[in-house]
Amino acid sequence: MEMPKIDASIVARKPAIVAALLQVLPPDAVIYDEIEVRAYECDALTAYKCPPLVAVLPRTTAEVAAVLRICHQMGVPVVPRGSGTSLAGGALPTGDCVILGVARMNDVLETDYPNRYIRVQSGRTNLSVTGAVESDGFFYAPDPSSQLACAIAGNIAMNSGGAHCLKYGVTTNNLLGVTMVQMDGTILEIGGAHLDAGGLDLLGVICGSEGQLGVVTEATLRILPKPEGARPVLIGFNSNEVAGECVSDIIKAGILPVAIEFMDRPCIEATEAFAKAGYPKCEALLIVEVEGSRAEIDEQLALIVAIARRHNPVEVREAADDDQAKRIWLGRKSAFGAMGQINDYMCLDGTIPVSSLPYVLRRIGEFSKHYGLDVANVFHAGDGNMHPLILYDANKPGDLELCEAFGADVLRLCVEVGGCLTGEHGVGIEKRDLMKVQFAPEDMEAQLMVKDVFDPKWLLNPAKVFPLDVTASRRA
Amino acid sequence: MTPANESELAEVIAGAQGPLRIVGGGTRGFGPDGGGEALHISALTGISLYEPGALTIVAGAGTPLAEVEAALAQGGQRLPFEVPDFRGLLGRDGVSTIGGVVAVNASGPRRIQAGACRDSLIGVRFVDGAGTILKNGGRVMKNVTGYDLVKLMAGSYGSLGVLTEVACKVLPRPEAEATLISGPLDGEAAVAAMSAALGSPFEVTGAGYVGGRVRLRIEGMAGSVAYRTGQLTKLMGAWDVVTDADSAALWAALRDVSDFAGQAGAVWRVSVKPSDMPGVLALLQDAQVMCDWGGGLIWAQVPDFGDAQAIPLRAHIANIGGHASLMRAGADTYAQVPAFHPEAPSVAALTAALRAKFDPRGILNPGRMG
Repeated sequence: MEMPKIDASIVARKPAIVAALLQVLPPDAVIYDEIEVRAYECDALTAYKCPPLVAVLPRTTAEVAAVLRICHQMGVPVVPRGSGTSLAGGALPTGDCVILGVARMNDVLETDYPNRYIRVQSGRTNLSVTGAVESDGFFYAPDPSSQLACAIAGNIAMNSGGAHCLKYGVTTNNLLGVTMVQMDGTILEIGGAHLDAGGLDLLGVICGSEGQLGVVTEATLRILPKPEGARPVLIGFNSNEVAGECVSDIIKAGILPVAIEFMDRPCIEATEAFAKAGYPKCEALLIVEVEGSRAEIDEQLALIVAIARRHNPVEVREAADDDQAKRIWLGRKSAFGAMGQINDYMCLDGTIPVSSLPYVLRRIGEFSKHYGLDVANVFHAGDGNMHPLILYDANKPGDLELCEAFGADVLRLCVEVGGCLTGEHGVGIEKRDLMKVQFAPEDMEAQLMVKDVFDPKWLLNPAKVFPLDVTASRRA
Repeated sequence: MTPANESELAEVIAGAQGPLRIVGGGTRGFGPDGGGEALHISALTGISLYEPGALTIVAGAGTPLAEVEAALAQGGQRLPFEVPDFRGLLGRDGVSTIGGVVAVNASGPRRIQAGACRDSLIGVRFVDGAGTILKNGGRVMKNVTGYDLVKLMAGSYGSLGVLTEVACKVLPRPEAEATLISGPLDGEAAVAAMSAALGSPFEVTGAGYVGGRVRLRIEGMAGSVAYRTGQLTKLMGAWDVVTDADSAALWAALRDVSDFAGQAGAVWRVSVKPSDMPGVLALLQDAQVMCDWGGGLIWAQVPDFGDAQAIPLRAHIANIGGHASLMRAGADTYAQVPAFHPEAPSVAALTAALRAKFDPRGILNPGRMG
């Protein structure tokens, strides 16, 4: 993966940059030792590493503004960082950048149950937002699988989703307002505890802008009352096609499960060997979860099971109690860990129209043969967000490149059938060079114009999202 | 002008010599327009894709809303955000289009549970002020590829570009609904009741305060609606209950603000956090009100003279957060009161800069949003 050439003139000014940052931050918030900055050399896309010039860990919006003002004046690129869990390289540094980490900004600022929102500093982890309100019967809905570690800042940057977004939506649907600092240090308040914008919906374009428009320091998030209960059913099928048809029929019947998860045979076998959840031996497996009171759950599951039976399932397993429900989810939740036991893997994130599912899975199987790399499919079937896991050996020369070529073919396929490159992980550097597959030059230009407005000098996370040749003149 | 297709529309915009006034069905725009030649999108019609199993519909921006809703009803589905019909309120008689719905981010009572129009919008095609045909988003409901210009276009009132096609996520149409109606309550008690209901796990899809009474709606499978009616009754006390068509009529009236249709006063649409509702009501003089969104949306009809109380209302909102749009008023009032809520200087600067990028000649609905 190509990254822009390090600007030697910035590196040469490191002492002056560090000195300026130490004027506005306490000593322990400025990390510039060459060994220590290595802690920030990558995110969860560990195939790519580059230590930053400096890393800063401000504690307040005012400190963030001061840092950005300095970097703006000195012409230093800034890469914002939440918890560093991006699978797309969204927080990957360049050697001439300042990493601005919000990890020390993790306070709850306000909890308001009558108005159903919480205001937090953006470094707070996703799960600890729910943790702050769950004893009072509320939760924060978006639940990316990294929710134990990932920060709200990163969730907003990538517009993160999760397993339950079929019902509850993704980050953008649960974000009410932000405090954001622009690259020149201007502090903006966008949105708030009220609903919707009075003018242009700037919040809508800020969410998912991958830290390129500003650094979000505080967020007002919608919280929801916890459902009375939830229960999954596991359904096994002898073909991917039939499983796909069953998903479509469930949705067409007017049922809206909170989650419909899909695993194919390679994924089932790998997780079974790892987690021993007792899954049936079959080609495709669905986990469908519904919410409500006991009676409401029974009513919905009866309908779902009746639809499933019309598709000759290999097995239908309803959870009779919490323990059985946990066992049904065990394999799915261990899927990534199980794959990691077998090999290194790359996790893709394209979305496809649900109707294209059988065709896309067949083509992925063909790619797998062509490249000689195994692939396992696990994904959110209700919304078509796929997560093919391509297995490779990082120690084998050429294997990573082979895996990347395979992944690119899969993502091109997603676009070809009417879908997109990324459903919830973001573009980062990982899918940057594929953007031309999805966007015509003018469609990309329209997005660049938005960045021109928020960050005219192109200093915020400049080497991400868009192909480097497309942004070269702006970054110059 | 009524371009026959998207490329003709692009030519018209590229060749425009002066301001254009963009018209869907002409049923929703409010405030003084900046004049200009009328540019109708009414020929850009047709549902190009409807996949019930994928909860997705794609239609030309000029497609009548009624056509979209009828197609969805056939598939047992609907637009999630409960589109208001403002023809009565605004005294219009056009045919509402799906493009117009998106352009104003029209969202009704279900907004509190299912989100606004912008939350269901997953893709757009539009022509910007330079005449360039652009697209963003697509037809899948999870998509974080590049910047989300889809949200930016929703509610931009044609000021960034002219929509030519929109894609929406849809939801199943429930088989039953019921509404619980309280006895007389003051504003504080009303907000407390609505907050308690919306903080319960019983999935309230409408919470309004009309005529001094709170109404709470639940929708879903018949058995579930009956169960939740019972649970909410335990929580709230023995309120009146109406079901199905009677319930739907109540919500249509609030959605369309029909109490104020055909009347003379100025009408404000105020979005604040619910607990700020009583304070806003106390501030307004000689006002009739209808409240929605658990108290977070206030429709207020006030005498249409002077500034229609804009100065105290907007000063109050500047302190508490939110926005107030003057949805209906006479020309004299609009001459002194901006229809849209004034933005903070830093936000206004960004907004103006975005408009200058997408519409460098300032010809798309100039002055519409202030």
